[in-house]
Amino acid sequence: MIDKTPGKEGKTDLSEITLICRCEDVTLKEIRDLIAEGYTTAEEIKRITRCGMGPCQGRTCRELLLAEIARALEEKVDKIAPTRYRPPTKPIRLGGIIEGDADDLG
Amino acid sequence: MKVMPMTWARATSSRIADELPKTADAVVIGGGVIGTSIAYHLAKKGFGRIALVERSYLACGSSGRCGAGVRQQWGTKLNCLLSIDSVKAFERMDEELGYSRSIEFKQGGYLLLAYTRREAEQFRENVRLQQELGIPVSLLTPSEAREIVPILNTDCVHLATFCPTDGHANPFHVTYAYATAGKRLGVKIHTFTEAYDIMTESGKVEGVKTNKGTISTDVVICAAGPYSGVVARMVGLDIPFYPERHQILVTEPVEPVLGPMVMSFSRRFYCQQTPHGSFIMGMGDPKEKPGFSVSSTWEFLVEMAEEITKVLPPVGQLSVVRQWAGLYDMTPDAHPILGSTPCAGLYLACGFSGHGFMLAPVTGKLISEIVCDEEPSIDIHGLDLGRFERGELVIEPSVV
Repeated sequence: MIDKTPGKEGKTDLSEITLICRCEDVTLKEIRDLIAEGYTTAEEIKRITRCGMGPCQGRTCRELLLAEIARALEEKVDKIAPTRYRPPTKPIRLGGIIEGDADDLG
Repeated sequence: MKVMPMTWARATSSRIADELPKTADAVVIGGGVIGTSIAYHLAKKGFGRIALVERSYLACGSSGRCGAGVRQQWGTKLNCLLSIDSVKAFERMDEELGYSRSIEFKQGGYLLLAYTRREAEQFRENVRLQQELGIPVSLLTPSEAREIVPILNTDCVHLATFCPTDGHANPFHVTYAYATAGKRLGVKIHTFTEAYDIMTESGKVEGVKTNKGTISTDVVICAAGPYSGVVARMVGLDIPFYPERHQILVTEPVEPVLGPMVMSFSRRFYCQQTPHGSFIMGMGDPKEKPGFSVSSTWEFLVEMAEEITKVLPPVGQLSVVRQWAGLYDMTPDAHPILGSTPCAGLYLACGFSGHGFMLAPVTGKLISEIVCDEEPSIDIHGLDLGRFERGELVIEPSVV
């Protein structure tokens, strides 16, 4: 049984080296510290840490962030408001929007 | 008059909120950068028990959606004076507010581009005024502008102006910095708390009704950004003011290549590179109709891409990561409405017309002075609500 209490995962605090947002290098510890400070909405944590603002648009970290907030608030994860989905779904090159991108033959 | 609550934020389970007080010495409506700055400045003056109500989370509206520029290059003396004061505040904000993070104030300057002869003439006039007021601005030839921004395409540029102490900051952090500093001084911040009515008795403010309860108070400060018209109507006040959507986008981060904010009024665009490395850019649309929509459009993406690849060609190589929109709170003269109203106890701090973020520090200071019945440190009596009835508009020629 792994002790999941923050700071007790072993000798080192694993939350310090556990990445939640891979695009913006946001660690689990940063998220937990913010929740402890009173930032308990995904939108606020996103704005402070940039968690979910990277090129992948939060594909991985959104759920992880929501789960962490839910855990701290002792709520079900579906009760936690997710961050807003914003276009574009995938990054698009600005120049490509105008002239079209080169063909995909490689 | 009762206005029904609007649904904007989705449900939240933020439970770390204090219970709403029954009474307060002042209630600030709006948890954006203006409202949090006012609450902080009032608390700093020891005004008493201050409550701030925000219907969603802090900086969820215009503050958190803005281009975040801070400039002193204006066409009216008043806007210049207000922004000089604000820049000083941004320079020492991390320290003054004891903020544990950083507001990321980057003074890379603002490079304004004149594309028409008329615009060039206006710029010359503006620079005369700005220099008189001590703003370190200079007129540049197109090739001098390219020395500052090597990636700039100067085709059709008549001249440029540059002020090195202009810049931009992170609007989320500025709002949270004011909020945390305010809390430290005793301000009670109530998020997900929506004011839906202001109670009055014989023309005087008596309290605020919210979805979480009622607060009795003699002083209400409206800092509700584009929703300030809705708030003013709660006491039967009509302010000449309309919300207008402005769209914006951000790219992937890259190495620093752009120092200043690059901006054109006639072509209505602006573009900056954040300390994080991403480029943030926006464009006004003259066809935009007044309204509360903050949806993003495909058309904006295309128009913005067309414009930016012309002006800063290498930026065309970058990918757009995200686009969004926010609301300007537009007044007929593009100046804010600051001060008291015919309803005793109700003060307005709204109508910033797209430059509320940069004026937040000075606005907080001035409104706190007015509420405390002191002479404001900058003469802003011309920015009162009454100017529209008197026909004394203070027209700002230089806005995007």
